[in-house]
Amino acid sequence: MPDRLPDELRSEIERHAGHPESLIHVLRRVQETVGYISPGSEAFVADRLGVSISRVHGVVTFYHLFYTTPRGKHTVRLCQGTACHVGGAERILTALKARLGIAPGETTDDLAVTLETVACLGTCALSPVMVVDDAYHGLLTPDEAVAIVDQVLEEAG
Amino acid sequence: MSDRITSRAELDALKQQELVRLAAVEQRITVCNGTGCRACGGVEVKDALIEEIEKRGLSDRVEVMPTGCQGYCQRAPLVVVEPAGIFYHGVAPEDAPRIVSTTIERGELVEDLLLEDPVTEERIPHHDDIRFYTGQQRIVFALNGKIDPTSIGDYIAHDGYQALAKALLEMTPDGIVDEILRAGLRGRGGAGFLTGRKWKFTRDAAGEVKYVICNADEGDPGAFMDRSLIEATPHAVLEGMLIAARAISACEAYIYVRAEYPLAVEHIRKAIDDATDFGLVGEGVFGTDFSIDVHVMEGAGAFVCGEETALLQSIEGKRGMPRPRPPFPAQSGLWGHPTNINNVETYANVPSIILRGAKWYAGIGTKTSKGTKIFSLTGKVANNGLVEVPMGTTLRHIVYDVGGGMRDGRAFKAAQLGGPSGGCLPAELLDVPIDYESLGEHGAIMGSGGVIVLDDTACMVSVARYFLDFTARESCGKCLPCRVGIPTMRDILIRITEGEGELEDLDRLRELAKLVKSSALCGLGQTAPNPVLSTLRYFEDEYRAHIEDGVCPSGVCEALAPPYAIDPDACKGCGRCAAACRAGAAQGTPGDPPYMIDQVLCIRCGACFDVCPFGAVTRGAGS
Repeated sequence: MPDRLPDELRSEIERHAGHPESLIHVLRRVQETVGYISPGSEAFVADRLGVSISRVHGVVTFYHLFYTTPRGKHTVRLCQGTACHVGGAERILTALKARLGIAPGETTDDLAVTLETVACLGTCALSPVMVVDDAYHGLLTPDEAVAIVDQVLEEAG
Repeated sequence: MSDRITSRAELDALKQQELVRLAAVEQRITVCNGTGCRACGGVEVKDALIEEIEKRGLSDRVEVMPTGCQGYCQRAPLVVVEPAGIFYHGVAPEDAPRIVSTTIERGELVEDLLLEDPVTEERIPHHDDIRFYTGQQRIVFALNGKIDPTSIGDYIAHDGYQALAKALLEMTPDGIVDEILRAGLRGRGGAGFLTGRKWKFTRDAAGEVKYVICNADEGDPGAFMDRSLIEATPHAVLEGMLIAARAISACEAYIYVRAEYPLAVEHIRKAIDDATDFGLVGEGVFGTDFSIDVHVMEGAGAFVCGEETALLQSIEGKRGMPRPRPPFPAQSGLWGHPTNINNVETYANVPSIILRGAKWYAGIGTKTSKGTKIFSLTGKVANNGLVEVPMGTTLRHIVYDVGGGMRDGRAFKAAQLGGPSGGCLPAELLDVPIDYESLGEHGAIMGSGGVIVLDDTACMVSVARYFLDFTARESCGKCLPCRVGIPTMRDILIRITEGEGELEDLDRLRELAKLVKSSALCGLGQTAPNPVLSTLRYFEDEYRAHIEDGVCPSGVCEALAPPYAIDPDACKGCGRCAAACRAGAAQGTPGDPPYMIDQVLCIRCGACFDVCPFGAVTRGAGS
């Protein structure tokens, strides 16, 4: 619902009122602050920027960075770029799916971890690569990747 | 605003002042803090070195400088001690005390941190003697590793913004366009259109309002030179854009950066802020009538936004869907105004062309492709990293001289060039000089310059499937050939890799490829079939092995994995195969060779093949 957005974010969106070209920027801010973009948020942004809800929803569903469901506390992003692919990223993905019990794009039931794949992180020299929140882990084996995720889960309690 | 530079004389004075500042320290330790080195602890190494220098009271004589990507990502984190140029690799924070006490204080080498030449096995102390660097010609990358990317002073000390001053004070806009045209600079984003001609179109287009855009939506999997350039020398990219803006009379500029590159965004923002404080961006630059605003736009994750008409939609806050051209952005671009769009590396070439002249630049490269090109060299090659070489360099030089040859002594099978729009070059083309034309002739493209080296463990059908899977997911869905054609091709490839292919599939793939290439709306769709066409061209036997023999020769496709066996004469009984086997199929007694593989239990995963140090595990129909 619109009234759930934090005041600070609302006033930031207000500054873009009537500027449809700011849509992606504003949605990024909502995503960063709230963690996902709910139908209520879409309606609020549409109203303030002066565009239709369908256009906002169209943009939200077009770009990979926007999510329509709540996200886990931690994000594990496994690179599936070419160098990572030939370096065995698929086997790492299989191991992570088995460990977390979720598929890419999904979040664990306790909202601890969201698993994602990304097309290329641009750190191909370190392939295969995985980014946990903002920390890069390179030259991984499936066992090492699972150990890193185990540590994240342990710290998350 | 006291820093504001209003004349050439003030820029020169500032340059002198910065040179004096840089010369004030006796020694400088540069620590690579690009994304690659950061991933390996580069920031921690930098902090440990700073702490150690302070602890020993050396701060007034020794400076620790974080730099952008130095390119030799394979050896991260990298540390260079200047002015001696001593190169340390794989440095850990714990090494800081040794580096400071041994090298800084006593002038001696920390032997075990030196690079070992893979051929001679000699330790190489100096940066300038390392083959990875000596095999390159670094023009665009000249300052990577030499300056702090967040310091405008460092950039100005190294002739930064001198080209802008020259362009604004000594050249006419037409003169700038002419210079770039005569240099023969071509777009580094993929298609290789002449940059000067693009500028001329935009300059000649009717309209008061014009825009300059830098396409930093580097989405090709396997390419990361644009990220490194923005991270390491953001001011050079910005200076190139400002010169372009002058040439086409634009008053507003945008840099569209991929969402996945947070450090690049941070550095380019800082560069714009600092340049604004110094009066190099804003109103009346160098006291002329040239005024410019520069904005950063962060993408939101969509490969297709690297296509220029889709990128324009995205800046306007819409779904990034391409539109047919013409009209070209030069005629009708951002919000309908004439717009010049170039890639990061293209802009980064501009300042040196203006400073050193078109004639000098045109002397580098081949007849049709001038200057240097940066390649991201990755895959199964010994040295991964960023490689800048003149156009016309052979793949052999890149892979074997700069790249140090194949990793683990395996055989070169192919190099994939140009990402999802490109193709694979087989071993017999290693000696072809690489430029825009020669690559096109052989079924690949320059693209943004990704070079992924594949060895004999790569399955070419699976590589083609990988790329089609990528483009199928990234297709925006606007035109039918791309939306339906690519997934159809991908499904055929999946069938083949799962052992259900038929020979007619090869003709179907060729026919679909022709259709998609000729009818898709944008560059993404038109080039998407290239990975299939090029693997079919050079590796049709591998497709046939999957279909006719039911075997994936490299053992990648699980459903078609070849059987494994152990050569009793080569087996030494070390037991590594049994330890690696998940199925309990590799059996034997340690120290009592040979081991055997139980063909009933074997799941054909290839783990034994990978771990055997004696090459005793054999793969294939003969096993």
